[in-house]
Amino acid sequence: MRLTQGTFSFLPDLSDDQISNQIEYCLENGWAVSIEYTDDPHPRNTYWEMFGNPMFDLRDAAGVMKEVSAARTTFPNHYIKVNAFDATRGVESLRLSFIVNRPDPEPGFGLVRQEVDGRAIRYTLRAYATDQPEGERYQ
Amino acid sequence: MTGGARPADRPLDLAAALAESGVDELLATLDAELVGLAPVKRRIREIAALLLVEKLRLQVGLSAGPPSLHMSFTGNPGTGKTTIALRMAEILHRLGYVRKGHLVAVTRDDLVGQFIGHTAPRTKEVVKRAMGGVLFIDEAYFLYRPENERDYGQEAIEILLQVMENDRDDLVVILAGYKDRMDRFFASNPGMSSRIAHHVDFPDYGQDELYAIAGLMLEKMQYRLSDDARTALGEYIERRRARPSFANARSIRNALDRARLRHADRLFGAAGEPLSREALMTIEASDIRASRVFSEAAATAEESTP
Repeated sequence: MRLTQGTFSFLPDLSDDQISNQIEYCLENGWAVSIEYTDDPHPRNTYWEMFGNPMFDLRDAAGVMKEVSAARTTFPNHYIKVNAFDATRGVESLRLSFIVNRPDPEPGFGLVRQEVDGRAIRYTLRAYATDQPEGERYQ
Repeated sequence: MTGGARPADRPLDLAAALAESGVDELLATLDAELVGLAPVKRRIREIAALLLVEKLRLQVGLSAGPPSLHMSFTGNPGTGKTTIALRMAEILHRLGYVRKGHLVAVTRDDLVGQFIGHTAPRTKEVVKRAMGGVLFIDEAYFLYRPENERDYGQEAIEILLQVMENDRDDLVVILAGYKDRMDRFFASNPGMSSRIAHHVDFPDYGQDELYAIAGLMLEKMQYRLSDDARTALGEYIERRRARPSFANARSIRNALDRARLRHADRLFGAAGEPLSREALMTIEASDIRASRVFSEAAATAEESTP
């Protein structure tokens, strides 16, 4: 099951040129680009691990692309996303965030039913990947 | 260009390509705004020609890959190394060699960390910032400190070497520094020396060139010299050049700044009289002749002939 989080996630995977162009757009707008990775794809897992520091004062996408490829080499079977943070006063939040690397079989999520008081049912999601401990998922 | 590939035997229009690139105009401004520096300008012209020809070759399907344009600028203090480096980014951008044309100027402090493991991320961050532009390392010889073998500078040098080799199309590295110390730096880092295609030496300025530089500086500051002051400035430059601490154009700029001080002080001393625009602009001979260079020269002359 394809993970659909962030911008462009319903499109086919972006090529490196397309990623580079998106980053170029972010830098033109003066947003700080950063790279994050995780192997826990739960939709409420908002805080992924940072791959290096956020990159400030960049002018050209080549610098970010180098980091992206470094991240892909280090974590070939993790989810990796590129974030663009807009520091403008009053905005101060992410403007763009898209996945640039995903593990090959994506097992997806299972529905968990929990019976609670009065036989009511609560539903929740569980990523199959998280059955394994951290670092051993998506081998 | 619309339509498919150009037929290989059709002659290419070099003149049109030259006009289109605006290189001529660029070189003309360089000539007008920078006095002397003939070898430097010649090298810039060569680089411009090479990049232009490379573009034409590409149109007929010949490719040699982008040339390596890392440079080292050596020369005495005040010969315009930093000024040219600042220009270089713009020039290379106009020639279409670098994508963004910004300049990141750094010194040892920005590259070398303070503890183990600090240097690599620091240098890499600087390199990332310079991508698409020019990385200018002023006084590059400070990176290498032979007297301390555990110095982290070596690590920064290694990363730079790697970047200069692998990311040639992403950035241009310019090292600058005084001639003798740079030579020693290159002697102890042969890898660095061989990765730099252009070793440009900045010559000292001659008497006339310094005078022309002074003229340009005054024009920019909106001052002018009286006729007497003109001769005084000529004599001043002659004497200043003979002194040991002479730093070419930088000395001239400092001398002019001091002349402005005396000019202001003189106007203050003559308070009460109405000031004309002319008086506010004109530097007199006395403003220049009050310099220490003249009084000391006179003193030594007296000593030698008691």
